[in-house]
Amino acid sequence: MNISKSSIALGLFIVLRLWSASAFADEKMTAEEIIAKSRLAFYYAGDDMKAKVLMELINKEGQKRIRELTMLKKDYQEGGDQKYFMYFYKPADVKGTTFMVYKYPDRDDDRWLFIPAINLVKRIAVNDKYSSFVGSDFTYEDISGRKPDDDSHSLLRKEALNGKTCYVIESIPKGYSEYTKRISWIDDTNFLPLKEEFYDKQNELYRQFEAFEIKDINNIPTEIKRVMNNTKTGHRTEVTFQSTEYNLRIGDDIFSERYLRRPPAEWIK
Amino acid sequence: MDKVTCSDRIIYLFLLLSFGFWFLSPPLYGAEEPSIKGFLQTNYSARITGVKLPGAKRQELMLGEERGRLEGSYYPPNSNIGFDVKADLFHDWVEDSWGVALREGYMDYLMDKFDVRIGRQIVTWGVGDLLFINDVFPKDWEAFYSGRPLDYLKQGVDAGKLNLYTELASAEFIVIPHFTPDNLPSIGRFFFFDPYPNIMNREVEKPKTTFVNTEYALRIYRSLGGADLSAYAYKGFYRDPAMRADNFTSPTTIAHFYPELAVYGASLQKSALGGVISAEYGYYDSMDDRNGKDPGIENSQSKFLIGYQKAFQNDLTVGLQYYGELMPQYKEYKANLPPAFFRKKELHQYITLRVTKLLKYQTVKLSLFTFYSPDEEDFFITPEASINVTDNMLLALGANIFAGVKDNATFGQQHKNSNIYVLTRHSF
Repeated sequence: MNISKSSIALGLFIVLRLWSASAFADEKMTAEEIIAKSRLAFYYAGDDMKAKVLMELINKEGQKRIRELTMLKKDYQEGGDQKYFMYFYKPADVKGTTFMVYKYPDRDDDRWLFIPAINLVKRIAVNDKYSSFVGSDFTYEDISGRKPDDDSHSLLRKEALNGKTCYVIESIPKGYSEYTKRISWIDDTNFLPLKEEFYDKQNELYRQFEAFEIKDINNIPTEIKRVMNNTKTGHRTEVTFQSTEYNLRIGDDIFSERYLRRPPAEWIK
Repeated sequence: MDKVTCSDRIIYLFLLLSFGFWFLSPPLYGAEEPSIKGFLQTNYSARITGVKLPGAKRQELMLGEERGRLEGSYYPPNSNIGFDVKADLFHDWVEDSWGVALREGYMDYLMDKFDVRIGRQIVTWGVGDLLFINDVFPKDWEAFYSGRPLDYLKQGVDAGKLNLYTELASAEFIVIPHFTPDNLPSIGRFFFFDPYPNIMNREVEKPKTTFVNTEYALRIYRSLGGADLSAYAYKGFYRDPAMRADNFTSPTTIAHFYPELAVYGASLQKSALGGVISAEYGYYDSMDDRNGKDPGIENSQSKFLIGYQKAFQNDLTVGLQYYGELMPQYKEYKANLPPAFFRKKELHQYITLRVTKLLKYQTVKLSLFTFYSPDEEDFFITPEASINVTDNMLLALGANIFAGVKDNATFGQQHKNSNIYVLTRHSF
């Protein structure tokens, strides 16, 4: 009896293992795994990246403000340390300003700003991660990502969004956060977030992220157009990645005071 | 600073020649479009204390100007040479004059392990916020106290600069052949303390442009353990004038000059305690008064500061600094100090506070900067509100408020100069 029971158990175990290793694998991905994979696909695409980015900050009256910049990014470890370098072309009064960030997942960033008018490089205190990035509807956290274990995630359902099958995941912050609930629609093939809704204390939607136009660049699916809408103020920010390139072997020395003061011509034109 | 001087002419000539040379030589590769930008600005400041300044050029008006800025830069691709020029054309209501000022104008020669910059350039060193220890380069204090935009506090130097980059550390070495003094609050615009107000005729001797008067400044820097470290050395002159008199008790003739100075220092900046901490030290070696007995020349001093800056929720940033100047030969200083002079303390201190708050998608900025000296018992407070009406249009309204117990302390002497200012700037 005992033997046959354990044989059945073993048989069942093997069947389950085979089944879970089969093509249905991602059906069994946990919400945590989906969020972690999505973070890598969205924030850690390629080993490095260069992008020319246009941000249009539009208020509810339709008045536009423009931020145009080149961003260089280098990953030091999947899901780990990163370095960012940004050069601003617009608006006119900040043209030539550069901004550099060393990002560490487990502690505060190091940030430096170069002010060309007085040829000054200074370290700046890390903003609250929910403060606005250059006056847009995106927060610093939206730009650089959030650690998956800062929230508890649950898979609500799978559904189609604009013809793409998405995991719909609810994320509830474990500690203090700007939002009380986030719902993400994550493409089940490339794991990019196609839509995100942020809810406040009253459980009302206040911000909504949407991605349009996804292009394969060096075989890496990339969101070319992204919009963040503040549904409470009517303000929105439209971001267009005008050009994006990956795996360019951007040197480590680029992320230094030298190039903050004199942006590297080979990368920034 | 705003006068076209002899050295300006040399610089203009140099730039003209270098540009001429560049445009005449056919480009080897496809040339990149030069970049042009600039702004139009109006800037007015009025004294609000109601006290009439004797000999005032324009009653309450301390600053009244319209200014146009043009900035051109050209770094052709596939070339290791580049040019940058920033020049202002302005009309000054106080002097009722027009003027041109070359703010910066230089040529860069860029190589792999080093680069060279020649011409007029602004150099900013050190980690203090409006407190300068190892930043020994010329300042325009009149601009600062009368509500001009902060970048006008810094003046360019006519210099050659070599930047070296190595694995171990990087370095900036600056050679300044031509001396530029600080621009201090001037007669006709500002009240200030003068120990000998009855002696009107005063000569000012600037260091002549000779080989022995060349100024040298060196900064060696690297990052270590997440901290930005710098070491500095400077050999040149004080930029604030010293005084020479036939007799300091009751002088009949007075002359001003710029004594020799050497500075050795270091600084550190690092993310810590949820913000950024800064520390800086500099020893000011007063080479023309090493025994500390000449009352007309500053004594040698140790200067130091420690600062902490932190950002809070909702775009609020707060910065605090403690700054001190310690005079080792205080006994000699006291023994030789003429009665007409203000007597400094052995340790002169400042505590500064900066608060910045951004609102309305960062289009509105409220800021406050205060200096307080516990030993001189005086204040300098500058609140400012500014708004970016559009990306290209900035409006600012602010005040410079001076207060103090004594009429001859650093800020106390300026208490009749408290002013409000307005600025409009259209960038293009």
